[in-house]
Amino acid sequence: MKTNFTKDVFANQNEVRWCPGCGDYAILSALQKTFAELGLPPTEHAIVSGIGCSGRLPYYMNTFGYHTIHGRATAVATGLKLTRPQLNVWIITGDGDALSIGANHLMHLLRRNINVNILMFNNQVYGLTKGQFSPTSKIGQVTKTSPEGVAQNPVNPLQFALGCGASFVARALDKDPAHLSEVLQAAYAHQGCSFIEIYQDCHVFNAGAFDAFSTKTQRAEHVLYLQSGQKLCYGENKGLGEGLIKTADIQEACIHHLDDFEQAMRLSRLSFPDFPVPVGVFYQSEKNIYTHPTHQEIADENELNALYRKGASWNRT
Amino acid sequence: MQQEHDFLVIRLCGDSGDGIQLIGEQLMMNAAISGLEVRALPDFPAEIRAPAGTVSGISGIQLAISNQRIETAGDKVNILIALNPAALVHSLNDLAPNALIYLNECQFSEKDWQKAKAQASLLDEISAKNQVIFVPMIKKTLSALEALDIKATQAKRCKNFFILGMLIWLLELSIEKSGQLLEKKFQNKASILESNQLAMLAGYHYGMTQDWQRPYFLQEASHLDLGEYRQINGAEAIGLALATIASRLQHRIFVSGYPITPSSVILHECAKLSHFGIDLLQAEDEIAAICACLGAAFGGHLALTTTSGPGFDLKMEGLGLGVVSELPMVVIDVQRAGASTGLPTKTSQADLRQAMYGRHNESPVPVIAAKSPADCFYTIIEAFRIAVEMMTPVVVLLDAYLMNASEPWKIPDPSQLILPHIEFYKEIEPFKRLSNGSRSWNPPGHADYIHQLGGLEKQGDWGKVSYDSDNHEKMVELRHHKLSVIQEQIVDIDWRESDDKKALLVSWGSTHGVMKTIVDSLDNAVSWLHLRHLQPLPKQLADIIVQYETVMVFELNSGHLCDVLRSEFLVDAKSIHQSNGKPFSSEFLLDNIRKYIL
Repeated sequence: MKTNFTKDVFANQNEVRWCPGCGDYAILSALQKTFAELGLPPTEHAIVSGIGCSGRLPYYMNTFGYHTIHGRATAVATGLKLTRPQLNVWIITGDGDALSIGANHLMHLLRRNINVNILMFNNQVYGLTKGQFSPTSKIGQVTKTSPEGVAQNPVNPLQFALGCGASFVARALDKDPAHLSEVLQAAYAHQGCSFIEIYQDCHVFNAGAFDAFSTKTQRAEHVLYLQSGQKLCYGENKGLGEGLIKTADIQEACIHHLDDFEQAMRLSRLSFPDFPVPVGVFYQSEKNIYTHPTHQEIADENELNALYRKGASWNRT
Repeated sequence: MQQEHDFLVIRLCGDSGDGIQLIGEQLMMNAAISGLEVRALPDFPAEIRAPAGTVSGISGIQLAISNQRIETAGDKVNILIALNPAALVHSLNDLAPNALIYLNECQFSEKDWQKAKAQASLLDEISAKNQVIFVPMIKKTLSALEALDIKATQAKRCKNFFILGMLIWLLELSIEKSGQLLEKKFQNKASILESNQLAMLAGYHYGMTQDWQRPYFLQEASHLDLGEYRQINGAEAIGLALATIASRLQHRIFVSGYPITPSSVILHECAKLSHFGIDLLQAEDEIAAICACLGAAFGGHLALTTTSGPGFDLKMEGLGLGVVSELPMVVIDVQRAGASTGLPTKTSQADLRQAMYGRHNESPVPVIAAKSPADCFYTIIEAFRIAVEMMTPVVVLLDAYLMNASEPWKIPDPSQLILPHIEFYKEIEPFKRLSNGSRSWNPPGHADYIHQLGGLEKQGDWGKVSYDSDNHEKMVELRHHKLSVIQEQIVDIDWRESDDKKALLVSWGSTHGVMKTIVDSLDNAVSWLHLRHLQPLPKQLADIIVQYETVMVFELNSGHLCDVLRSEFLVDAKSIHQSNGKPFSSEFLLDNIRKYIL
């Protein structure tokens, strides 16, 4: 049953311990706001996180929460959702947690398409371990373990998710919480596994990494808001996105189709500053959802007794 | 061959595609329903189909059959069926004096000997000490199936049933019963049934016309326990234990594992039990399997993960989280031989130290072990009982031998079993201590019980995150205290006391059968303690162990339990151990016992 809840209902008394200026605050707030808007009581949500700054989020939400181990939130959430299908399960993870140590579990959660929501905070750095490069760090990025600049190619999270067979792939910005909340709502509504990459500012170890396009003033010119059935327009002049998509049929290609896998792949490859940064839902489709038959009746004692005797049994008299 | 026996040990050996395991199983069932005691031990290679005719590709099954109570599948083989020279070479060291050896004449050419890297002249040596009989098994099978409209390759495949028929005659078992068992096995496969039955009958009549002497049992039949029985191996016993818990509690059980030898057979059993409330997730890896179990436990479900060998290494981090977040879960480790990949199909007890100490920092978990294939049933039920009552992961140590070996199981009345008792929401505060030192299980769904769990150190009744040093010390003690509570609850121990306090034998796990055989044969000369609880140890142990001049600890590792007993009780315990991938033989045990006493 849906009720009106305020955002406060989803906050608790625990002291929030992220660094001042951290993008996590905005995401936490957007999540609480979204939960209030969804109208479900706190008991119907469970939040499962891994290790890293993002991993602390469950402690700050007035819902059932489980702060697990590095990279494994996706696996823990799999067991929770399979046994408790009515529960809304939200996974909080980071770029290191999801794409380095936990990439294998992420891949399998996506392909199984279990009906959970994955929020991957991407700050392109290891924050909690104090500033080493992550699998999404940019080539040349200077960190504590790459004083000469990162020499490894980064992984593209959206392409990874699409490649794994994800049925819902989206991106949002910590600095645009209203849009983030819309994306979270869409993820909740999606039947199947939702993957959301959230560009999140680490104010200490990778400060302002996304500011060139994510701040309010920059967004109008550099962010492409994806909307289903709408043209791919961005910038001051709301110009068409012909330059973005190379195809024979420009008119058709410039419309955003949620179920167009090829287009989603092309959009996910656009890199700033050569191209605008697309945000919103890149891809959404209906796919087989993996579940367990938890609603089925369990065999009774008579059947159990018969099971004991399956094969052959004999009496010693 | 001596014709009178207390028990007969029969071994069937052939290539891994020869269908040896299948007829071994049929023979075992037939003997069991005929009222004989049967113990079976399959022995298959790690490779699925190693090159035919080579020693590394040999698949075997050994059965011990008796009309008396027996405890193991035996050491020395009385009757060997070898389908090729490699199968013969494979078993040479395990033959009893004057064994009866049946060889498949059709696969003993010069070429076959070459594949086995042996000389045909070896036969002279073997024949001098044993009774060797050549049987043209393939030729006879083909002629028996001549009338059928099947290809020669298909007909050839039935040779294993020809052998089954031979053995049924030799062991004076009922050919009618065997026919019925076959009908059950191949229902809906009429043509396969027909050809196999024909081959079996041909084998039976062949035995009859050859007028082989049949061995017979020395004593009148006697059995101790009356009741209804079935034959069971460890994996089946585990499946039935899970089905029993889920069905009796009407509460589904979540099982997650990653295929690994020899524990995969448990997953196979679980996959059949959805109707009995068992939900199987074949996970992407060992870590995901244990973590999914933690998620299920957090959600209020009984959860089991199974593994072997290196898979157990990968479970350790998940076990640690289970300990700190205090969630119930059972981890089965089917021990196999060797570090790293080692000898995946062979048995061992060398994961004891890892089960006890394998996690970083202070991470105590209860560890228990089953003593026989049928005992896996009760061990799993007990593991879940401890897990739920104490809100902790529990490790169950089994081994390759227990998984595959089979024995008669007295079918219990499921309503008489002591099962786990699940009661949620005992306390509002999730980390408030219950009177037994455990905590309340508060799964999501109830507004009064909202809380957040995690691997960070906990403080207070609500289990808030804490970095306080005194609190940490307290929590470390509190988690250790759970083991003391479990220790208090161990009442029954497997304990046989002799009048003479000279020697105490200590053993654990799957060695029970062979240990019992030896202790029985020593006529009350030694005391014997067989442990089920390894962490914590039963508290009675302290009083028992100090009374003895000599304490000998028997295990299939380099002395893990012995070290524990030495450090725990400051006794000069002697380790009798073996790390060759095989179960103990009676001979090995007796030789070692004689070194110290007798």
